[in-house]
Amino acid sequence: MSDATAPHYRELGLTDYEYGLIVEGLGREPREVELAMLSLMWSEHCGYKHSKKLLKRLPSKGAHVLLGPGDNSGVVDVGDDLAVAFKVESHNHPSAVEPFQGAATGVGGILRDIFAVGARPIASLDSLRFGEVGESAHSRYLLEQSVAGIGHYGNSIGVPTVGGEIYFEPSYEHNCLINAMAVGLARHERLTSSAAAGVGNDVVLIGARTGRDGIGGASVLASAEFGEDDANKRPTVQIGDPFAEKKVMECCLELLDRKLIVALQDCGAAGLTSATSEMISKGGVGLDLQLDAVPLREHDMEPFEVMVSESQERMVCIVEPRLLDQVLAVCERWEAPACVIGKITDTGDYRILHDKELIGEIPVPLLVDGCPAYDLAPEPPSEPLYRGGPARLASGASPAETLTALIASANIASRVPVFEQYDPVVQSRTVRRPGQADAAVLALPVLDAETGAAGKPIPGIAITMDGNGLRAAVDPRLGATEAVYEGVANLICAGAEPLGMTNCLNYGNPEKPNMAWQLAEGIEGMRQGCLDLDVPVVSGNVSLYNESPDGPILPTPVVGIVGRLPDVRRAGSSGFGAAGAGARIALVGDLHPVRAGSQIAKLQGEAPVGSLPEKDLKTVRATFRLVRDGVRAGLLATAHDIAEGGIAVALAEMCIGDVAAGAAAGTIGAHVALPKGLDPFGEDLGSAFLVAGDGDAIASLAATAQAPLQVLGEVGGDRLVIDGLLELDVTELLHLNADGLARLLR
Amino acid sequence: MKFGVITFPGTCDDTDAQLAVGRVGEAVPLWHQDRDLHGVDAVIVPGGFSYGDYLRAGAIARFAPVMSSVIEFAHAGGFVLGICNGFQILCEAGLLPGALLPNTSLRFVFRQVNVEVCDRNTPFTRNCPPRLSLPVKHMSGRYYSPEPVQVVLRYAAGENPNGSQDDIAGVINTAGNVLGLMPHPEHAVDALTGSADGMTIFESIRAAVGDRVGNGEGR
Repeated sequence: MSDATAPHYRELGLTDYEYGLIVEGLGREPREVELAMLSLMWSEHCGYKHSKKLLKRLPSKGAHVLLGPGDNSGVVDVGDDLAVAFKVESHNHPSAVEPFQGAATGVGGILRDIFAVGARPIASLDSLRFGEVGESAHSRYLLEQSVAGIGHYGNSIGVPTVGGEIYFEPSYEHNCLINAMAVGLARHERLTSSAAAGVGNDVVLIGARTGRDGIGGASVLASAEFGEDDANKRPTVQIGDPFAEKKVMECCLELLDRKLIVALQDCGAAGLTSATSEMISKGGVGLDLQLDAVPLREHDMEPFEVMVSESQERMVCIVEPRLLDQVLAVCERWEAPACVIGKITDTGDYRILHDKELIGEIPVPLLVDGCPAYDLAPEPPSEPLYRGGPARLASGASPAETLTALIASANIASRVPVFEQYDPVVQSRTVRRPGQADAAVLALPVLDAETGAAGKPIPGIAITMDGNGLRAAVDPRLGATEAVYEGVANLICAGAEPLGMTNCLNYGNPEKPNMAWQLAEGIEGMRQGCLDLDVPVVSGNVSLYNESPDGPILPTPVVGIVGRLPDVRRAGSSGFGAAGAGARIALVGDLHPVRAGSQIAKLQGEAPVGSLPEKDLKTVRATFRLVRDGVRAGLLATAHDIAEGGIAVALAEMCIGDVAAGAAAGTIGAHVALPKGLDPFGEDLGSAFLVAGDGDAIASLAATAQAPLQVLGEVGGDRLVIDGLLELDVTELLHLNADGLARLLR
Repeated sequence: MKFGVITFPGTCDDTDAQLAVGRVGEAVPLWHQDRDLHGVDAVIVPGGFSYGDYLRAGAIARFAPVMSSVIEFAHAGGFVLGICNGFQILCEAGLLPGALLPNTSLRFVFRQVNVEVCDRNTPFTRNCPPRLSLPVKHMSGRYYSPEPVQVVLRYAAGENPNGSQDDIAGVINTAGNVLGLMPHPEHAVDALTGSADGMTIFESIRAAVGDRVGNGEGR
């Protein structure tokens, strides 16, 4: 075995200081396998060393929280003895190197986090960022391949992809973002912990054989910037096998149903090392791992490779010896390979045995908690970090020309060409598919002939993912706050109230002062949004070092929010078609649109600079309550929050309705007058809504309203008419919106 | 009446199919390794990705122990419905003519489509209206047969999602007791989730089984 030399630990991403801490903690130089394990556990991806201190600022307590940050996924109570688990995770760097497998294994990994806590995955969503697909063949390739990869995994494993978002900006050209979120459902009693317990219990590895894929993925790929030779990193990307995971998932859920295992954990970043060490750390126990027992795909693997391989579709569980035979029988029935690889000890040490020889021995606290947490040295930039792009809209464009350009633009055009590559309906819960409402809506009870009989309510959850890098580039703090507001506003439109949030913080290199500033401001802004709207953060992920030789990505805080609605039969829709001809259209809330970081500013070639509007919390809360209650009471069939592209785009989208359903199913005109002086294309995300309902309903809401409510006009006809501004055929708007993305991808 | 619903490793729409048939009868789960059909009156071969579709869709599932019983059941006149991956499996097993090729787009496609019921004199469609709104979701749904086939379902004009021959969405065997279709009736059994039109297919099967029992035919 070769001695670890100084350059070697630097290659593994450790600093001289960190290496010194390791030597001090062990009382000696680390051996090869120990160094490999420590370098991964102490990487940014596993150890959160540049973000740990800041993340503590996020509120994580709430009335519905059952499991907060730190476990495989967060869990909230949704009533009726049911719990919902959810988490988002990034797979940015692997996807930039190998988009199909990178995105596929991103989905596979986050699904394992969900069933690791005992929940059956019932939905997934994806937040994606790429360069300008209209101009870059490379970005078109990344988009097509990563979408195919997401579909390959999600469709094959039988988990519906119910939502997500996609944006295109030049800063993501060489560093795309793939943030995958999964949501699971469990009865309370099936929820399980990842804490190992019971000295003498067996450690069982279930699933795929261990190979050489993904060696060092967390440290080499995820915790460093992109350079020139990234093609060489392709072997660090894992290969996904959804069929294997489907069997492992069914197997694990049956093991939990039958109460045959003590604890369960998935093998994610840093593979076996991270999975087992986190389990024994949480349980305060030790482990003797028999390396020879791990089934290998390639027989000449070095011990360190076995310990850090990120081969997919593997789970670790803790089993009482008396139940081992039953556990192995369940695994056999599901054709999921399983074997004992170690025993729980009371030593407090992680010991690795190979050929009866002790080849590694690390105190668990050093391995799991020894990684230092760094203070950042944030500094605001002295000049703007991001430039504008080419102007895509003539400066003298009329309002009609502006709206038609926006509605067909890459960031606003219909996502149907992407979403129709995903199965949104498997598992028979999906009440609102992508494009039908601002949030996906899923029924909680199984839908059979008796569900909802005699008018009994059918409770459900609404799910959304949101983020806006342009706005966060303008103001990292308010941009992050706005993302939380916007996410909650999406749930409100469906009639739901938020129960909890997960996040993915995508930023540049935190060791650079300006990037540290974006990250620190982003977390502060997110904290404010969560406190304002009572949304606890129950899980999350940080992806740093998102930089290429061309510069850093836009700061991109992404939120995933889950809420509950009392009856899915009254879930809101985003199209005017649901309200029907003759319905009154109202603006609810205070809208203070600005063009900084807006889509119109982008089309005009402007850089994301300026300032964002502050929120008036009291008004926003009253606005949210009014819309949510109106939807729940059945007074508002249609609600849509005013977001990218401003109120004009919101109106056009509501006329268009569900693009997938086409013109025959609900595309309808509208005639409105906007409030005097309101910028139709400026943006103020998550502050105000457009709603529609019959005249009496709107009048009754207006009469009792604690929030600003203004009737703007009426649904009907086949044109969108905004008095004094524009008049457009809605079928034409539908076609522009439907074909916008496809035209760029050609 | 009892509907058997098969689960292979990698089947995804089995619970959906059980829920759907549970609305008109009793759902009986059938396991791929078990040859026993547990006395069911009809067999549903549901959708998904049996064995990962890693060879050719359906090519491995046809060899599962349960399939030899399903083939016997079909030859004895039992009603067998194959949906999506189930359709692919029935073609591979030789119970239906033709084959399902990769979509012309070479991509997975999900879409809610309108399907014309062009033969309403089958045990599977006797209660159906002339047109059904059903979702499709597949990678290999382009039906092709060099021989003439009995077409029961076609995609409505302009809505063919996969490039299938003559817009074919579903075919029946010459004996009239085995139907395969690419659209998913089990995902269209409740207006809340988009459409309830698929129920008419399961209701048709129940009525057909009822007639046989009434005529003393048994199975």
